[in-house]
Amino acid sequence: MHFFPEEASTFARHVDGLYLFLILVTAFFSLLIGTLVVAFAIRFHRKSENEVAQDVHESGVLEIVWTVIPFGLTMVMFFWGASVYFRITRPPGTALDIYVTAKQWMWKLQHTDGHREMNELHIPIGQPVRLTMASEDVIHSFYVPAFRFKRDVVPGRFSVAWFEATKPGKYHLFCAEYCGTRHSNMIGWVYAMTPADYQAWLAGGAPGETLAASGAKRFVENACNTCHGDQPGARGPSLTGLFGRRVQLASGQTIVADESYIRESIVNPQAKLVAGYPPIMPTFQGLISEEGLLQLVAYVKSLSPAPAAGAAAPAPVPAPTPERKASRP
Amino acid sequence: MSTLPQTIPESRRPKNYLNAAYGVRSWLLTIDHKRIAILYLIGVTFFFALGGLAAALIRLELLTPAGDVFQAETYNKIFTTHGVMMVFFFMIPGIPGVLGNFLIPLMIGAKDVAFPRLNLLSWYLYIIGGLTALWAVIHGGVDTGWTFYTPYSTVYSNGWVVVTAVGIFIAGFSSILTGLNFLVTIHTMRAPGMTWLRMPLFCWGMYATAIIQILGTPVIAITLLLVGAERLFHLGIFDPAQGGDPVLFQHLFWFYSHPAVYIMILPAMAVISELVTAFSRKPIFGYKFIAGSSIAIAVLSFLVWGHHMFVSGQSVYAGLVFSILSFLVAIPSAIKVFNWTATLYKGSVSYQTPLLYALGFIGLFTFGGLTGLMLATLGLDIHVHDTYFIVAHFHYIMVGGTIMAYLGGLHYWWPKISGKLYPEYWSRVSAWVIFIGFNLTFFPQFIVGYLGMPRRYHAYPEEFQVLNVMSTAGASILGIGYLIPAVYFFWSMRYGKDAADNPWGATGLEWETPSPPPTENFPETPIVSGKPYDYLTGRDEVAVG
Repeated sequence: MHFFPEEASTFARHVDGLYLFLILVTAFFSLLIGTLVVAFAIRFHRKSENEVAQDVHESGVLEIVWTVIPFGLTMVMFFWGASVYFRITRPPGTALDIYVTAKQWMWKLQHTDGHREMNELHIPIGQPVRLTMASEDVIHSFYVPAFRFKRDVVPGRFSVAWFEATKPGKYHLFCAEYCGTRHSNMIGWVYAMTPADYQAWLAGGAPGETLAASGAKRFVENACNTCHGDQPGARGPSLTGLFGRRVQLASGQTIVADESYIRESIVNPQAKLVAGYPPIMPTFQGLISEEGLLQLVAYVKSLSPAPAAGAAAPAPVPAPTPERKASRP
Repeated sequence: MSTLPQTIPESRRPKNYLNAAYGVRSWLLTIDHKRIAILYLIGVTFFFALGGLAAALIRLELLTPAGDVFQAETYNKIFTTHGVMMVFFFMIPGIPGVLGNFLIPLMIGAKDVAFPRLNLLSWYLYIIGGLTALWAVIHGGVDTGWTFYTPYSTVYSNGWVVVTAVGIFIAGFSSILTGLNFLVTIHTMRAPGMTWLRMPLFCWGMYATAIIQILGTPVIAITLLLVGAERLFHLGIFDPAQGGDPVLFQHLFWFYSHPAVYIMILPAMAVISELVTAFSRKPIFGYKFIAGSSIAIAVLSFLVWGHHMFVSGQSVYAGLVFSILSFLVAIPSAIKVFNWTATLYKGSVSYQTPLLYALGFIGLFTFGGLTGLMLATLGLDIHVHDTYFIVAHFHYIMVGGTIMAYLGGLHYWWPKISGKLYPEYWSRVSAWVIFIGFNLTFFPQFIVGYLGMPRRYHAYPEEFQVLNVMSTAGASILGIGYLIPAVYFFWSMRYGKDAADNPWGATGLEWETPSPPPTENFPETPIVSGKPYDYLTGRDEVAVG
C-alpha cells in the first residue's frame, strides 16, 4: 500500500518532508502520552479497595516545561510550514499560462495558442505553469495531489496560482471544494510530458485561434476599442504595455495591473479608476462570460512588450472608424 | 458512603427528583434542572441516532468506488444530514445539555440553575430547532453540507436550505440561553465557601464553554439569516454576480464554527478532568493550569477562524497570522493532556468503565490534536485541505474526543442520574469495542486523505478502495459499540441494582447527596471549606450546616 501520492512537482518533496517531520512529532507525543498513561495505570493500579493515592506535589517547573516545549515545537512547525508555503505561493519569473474555467461539473482548460481541453490538461515538465482560474457558478477547487497543489476557484474573481511538474505521468485532477450534485464527477487528468512530447502534442492537435485573438474579437464585439483603441485623445487609457505596469489611480494610490485588476476594471470600472480619466465606462458585469473575460485578459496581456507565453501577439485593435461607434452596446 | 439498603420497595423510598411526580406533564413542564437534563438526554440520543444512521449510509455507499447505492444527490443529502444532526443537534447541546444541566447546580451546591424557566425554554427551542431541521430532511433534504458555503447554498442548491437554517437559528437561541444560564449560575449561586478556585474543573470547563456560546452563536445566527434572506430576496451579499463576496460567508461562518469546535471539546475536557481524578483517587495535577487553559482556549478560539481559508485566496499575511494563532490554541490543550497524565502518577488507579473511556479520550484526543497541528501548518494544509485527512482529524477530536468523554461521563454519573448501576462487564466491553471500532474507522482516512481523496465524494477512484473498506468495517464495529450502552442503560433503569450515594468513593458535592438526588438537591445548603479533589486528607471538607 502507498502512503504518499506520487511526488511530481517541485514542491511535493518539500511538503512531504514537512509531513514526515510532523508525523515524527505526532508519533513521539502519541507514544509518549500513550505509554505513560498505560504505564501509570498498570504501575499504580488500585490493589485494595481502600488504597489511597500517594501525595504528589504540584510542580511549577513541570508546568513550564510542558508549556515551553510544545510552544517551541509549534514555532518550528510554523516557520517550516510558512517557508514551504512561500515556496508554493512565490510567483515564478516566466511561466506557461493556462486559463481555467470551472463550472458545474467540468474543467475547461485553455492554452494561449488556442488548444482547448476538457477535464484534461497537458503540460510540460520543468517549466512553471501559471493558472488563471475563473468559476462560472459556485466555488470549485483545483487539486492535483501528485503536485501537492490546491487552489479554490472562487466566482467573481480570478484565482491565480502556479506549480511546476517534475515527472512525466498521468495524475488525478480533482475538484476539492464541494460544488453540488456531481461534485465527485468533476475530475480529470493532468498529463505531465517531457518538453519534446509536449511540443509534439501541441503540434498534433488542431488549435483554434489563439486565446489573445479570441480576446481581440471580444474587444471589438464589446466595442472596447471605442475608448481604449490607442487613438489620440481617446476617452479611455491605452492598454498597450499596460499589463504588469504600475498604474496611477484617481484615488492617489498606485496598483500593478495584473489579471485581477483588468478583470475588475471590466466588471466594476469605477472601483479603481485610472488617474486623469472621467468615470464614464459602463459595467460589463453579467454581459461577458467568465471565459470571455479570460480571453480579454489574455488579449490585454498580449499587448505588453514581454508576453508571458510564447504565443504570437496580435496587433492592437485600432480605434473604430466613426460610423462603427453606433455599434456600442 | 451509602445509607440506602438495596431493597427498599419503590413506595417507601425517600422522594427524589425521579419519583417526586409522575406523568408526561410533570416532565414536559418541569423546571428541575435534573429533569431537564433527562429531557436533553432523550433529545440528543434521538438526534445522535439519526446522525449515526446517516453515517452508516455514507459508509455503505463508500464501500465500493462506484456511486452505486444512492444517487449522487441523495448521497449529498445524507452527508449533509449527518453533519447537521451531529454538529448542531448532538455535539453542541450534548454534554452541556445533559451533564452540564444535571451537574452544575449539584457541583456548586445550588438548588437549581439561575433561571429554571429559561432552562426549560432552552430545551424547547432545541427540540423545535431540531424538528424543523428534521422536517427539511423528511421533505426532501438539503445538499449543501453542514457548512452552507455560498453561492452554492444561496443560488444553486435546490434543497430546503432556508428551513434547515431556520432550525439551526432556533437551536442557536437554545445554546445562547443555556450558556447564559450556566454563566449566571456559576457566578451567583455557588454555595458558601465555594470560591472560584474550589470549584470542580467541570464547572470551569462549562464556564469557558458558556463564554463561547454567548459570544459566538449570535454570529452564526446572523450569518444563516443572511443566507436565508439572500436565497429568498436575492440581496447579493454573498453573490458575486451582484458584486457580493462568497468568501465573506466563510469568514462569518467560521468565526462561529471554529469556536463551536471548542463548544464541543471544552465540555469533554471538563468531564475528563473529573474522571481522571476520581479514578486515581488523587487531587488533580495542576488545577489552576487546567482551569486557566479552559479560559485561554475560549479566548484564543475566536482568533483562528482564518485557517479554514488557507486555499481560498486569502492573503499570504492573513494566512501567516491565522497559522501562528492556530498553533497557540494548541498549547492549552497540550497542558491539559500533560496534567491529566501526571494525575495518574502515584495514584490509586481503578480500571472502572468511566476511566477506560477517559484513557481512550486522552489517547485519541492527543492524536487528533497533533494531526490538527498539521492542518495549522501552512505548507501542509494546502495539500490536505478538503480531503479525508481533515475528516479523520476532526472525527478524532469530535468522536474520539467528545463522544468518548460524553459516554465516560454518562457512565460515571449514571448511578447519580438514575440511581441504578449498569453491568460493569458489558460497559467495559463497550469501551473497548468503541475504541477499536473508532480507530479502524478513522485511522485509514488519514492515509487516504494524504493520498488525495477529497471529502464529500460520492464516487472515488479505485485505488482508494482498500482503505475505504477498512473504514466501513470499522464503522460497523463502532455502531455496535454505541448500541451496547444504549441497551444496558435502558436495562439498568428497570433491572439495575440500586446505586449507593457515592459508588466510586469520589469527592464532589454531587456525591454528598442521595442517588438519585431529591428535587431540591440538598436538604440543607452545603458549606464548602476546602479544596476540590481532596482525596488525601479524607472527605471532611464539606460540613452541612
